[in-house]
Amino acid sequence: MTRVQKILFAMVLLTLPLVTDLALGHGWVRILDFALLYIMLALGLNIVVGYAGLLDLGYVAFFAVGAYCNALLSSPHFNLHWPLWATLPLGALVAAAFGVVLGAPTLKLRGDYLAIVTLGFGEIIRIFLNNLNRPINITNGPQGIDLIDPLRLGPLQLDQSWHFLGLEWVGVVNSYYLFLLAVVLVVIFSHRLENSRIGRAWSAIREDEIAARSMGINTRNLKLLAFAMGATLGGVSGGLFAAFQGFVSPESFTLMESVMILCMVVLGGMGHIAGVIIGAVILSILPEALRAAGPLQEQLLGHVVVDAASLRLLLFGVALILMMLLRPEGIYPASSRRRELHSTRVSS
Amino acid sequence: MDIFLQQLVNGLTLGSIYALVALGYTMVYGILELINFAHGEVVMVGALVAISTINGLLGLGWPAPLAVVAAVLLSMLVCMSLGFIIERVAYRPLRNAPRLAPLITAIGISMALQQVASLIWGRSYISFPSVVNVQSWAWGEVIVTSLQFSIVVISLLIMAGLMGLVQKTSLGRAMRATAQNPAAAQLMGVNIHRIIALTFIIGSALAAVAGVMVAAYYGVGHYTMGFMLGLKAFTAAVLGGIGNLPGAMVGGLVLGIVESLGAGYIGDITGGVLGSNYKDVFAFLVLIAVLIFHPTGLMGSRSREKV
Repeated sequence: MTRVQKILFAMVLLTLPLVTDLALGHGWVRILDFALLYIMLALGLNIVVGYAGLLDLGYVAFFAVGAYCNALLSSPHFNLHWPLWATLPLGALVAAAFGVVLGAPTLKLRGDYLAIVTLGFGEIIRIFLNNLNRPINITNGPQGIDLIDPLRLGPLQLDQSWHFLGLEWVGVVNSYYLFLLAVVLVVIFSHRLENSRIGRAWSAIREDEIAARSMGINTRNLKLLAFAMGATLGGVSGGLFAAFQGFVSPESFTLMESVMILCMVVLGGMGHIAGVIIGAVILSILPEALRAAGPLQEQLLGHVVVDAASLRLLLFGVALILMMLLRPEGIYPASSRRRELHSTRVSS
Repeated sequence: MDIFLQQLVNGLTLGSIYALVALGYTMVYGILELINFAHGEVVMVGALVAISTINGLLGLGWPAPLAVVAAVLLSMLVCMSLGFIIERVAYRPLRNAPRLAPLITAIGISMALQQVASLIWGRSYISFPSVVNVQSWAWGEVIVTSLQFSIVVISLLIMAGLMGLVQKTSLGRAMRATAQNPAAAQLMGVNIHRIIALTFIIGSALAAVAGVMVAAYYGVGHYTMGFMLGLKAFTAAVLGGIGNLPGAMVGGLVLGIVESLGAGYIGDITGGVLGSNYKDVFAFLVLIAVLIFHPTGLMGSRSREKV
């Protein structure tokens, strides 16, 4: 991108919530906010799956850990009201610890075993969140925790409406800027990571673990690091999610969420930051677009045949299959990966 | 002691269902080194097809036993074609692709099948028609129902049949050859694509039977029932040593018993802190423990990664 394009792009990103708010209303700005959170999650998973090549099917567990960390420490549930700048890093740290706990026993496993174990881990976390309301009520069970303190950074009350520069800045718009800032930081972080010594070691492990090890790469520590870093981003994103939503329950952290985040990474282009972002944006906006499918079916067929939720999952499923068959590198892949997948491979 | 025996009986019943499903995973893994993620969904389809068929046939005035047999046969047929299609669409084109690719298509197939099933059968639980006349025998406090008895016996018969097929027939020999070395098998005139397709078909037939059993045992079917069952069956396959047929059977039985005993005793052991709602955790704990301490499973042989 040229400098002019970059500035234009930044302007678009900065004015997007205001324009959306005026044109489509608060609801759509909220969707943008969620899209940003999903971008963060997808970039986090991208470190694990895209860079290090470890298929993680339980990624949403880290999101859940971050979210519950914030929910427990700043809500009336335990009557604790820690500020966001304390809960967010703590949530990230706890999520990272969970990442290492999950990573440590699974390091020796090959891709498909790892997928199953991570999937099981995600389910275990959800089962615990669902059941840890007895004998001591920690997570409040399936009802979840509500009345979580809203997004506040010191004196900045991001959930309130401000009047500034003759405009009304509503809560969802303010949250957008906070999330955008977080996403930008994550993008820079990912980008620097990708080209660092660690990033190169990860791609070596991804391509051929045995060769990487014989080149003196400490595969165990680096895989753990990938898990921990991916989990950290999941935790941060979860903390922001809890504060933004004001409510968390185990229902938000099902396997389908994990699969959806994986879809974002895979469909967008594994290992490529821009691709992953595009994947995350498309897949988080798509459900909203599919809401129109219900009325459309009513008009055409007289009744709703496929409801929006089913349609979304059905489309995801079919998209995953078609994508792997037709364009395994994703919508917008890194050039190296495209070359790799379209050259004739020598199978082992 | 009576509780212990009762849980043992329940565990054996569950375990033989797990074993049937686990055989499907392990056969595919043995040949393709691929986890067929959609296998649990095949079980689910088998169960739901059988429930619908039984209801339909009873409506037509068929006698109950005949309706059940016809339903099992039909659901086997449906699942076998499903297995064939899954292999054709999702796995065969990706034979030489990176390992991640077939895994992701498998997840896609699994999602798509679940949603299609929810469109056909709805999102609510469907009860299994009460056609099976369940008798129960009691020894002291231990109760064994005729349903449990027949589940275990039929499973054992099927497993024996499968072992016979794999060990004694030329198809079985071809399957073993393909599992050992696909390239060499091909050079010896084995049509490995046909063998792989047949492996999926046989596995799916077993899945159909398991689906009917699990629906009859719990009395309900649901479009998401395949997920947890598939996961547990996979655990059973790993526990027994993946790729190893007797291993899958032993693994299934052991897992069923561990789960039943665990769910039965966890309340007592932890003083009521954890209840039987944690029963699904056991399978995962077993899985993780096996993978850490003994990744080749109970009966698996150590295999070296080819460089």
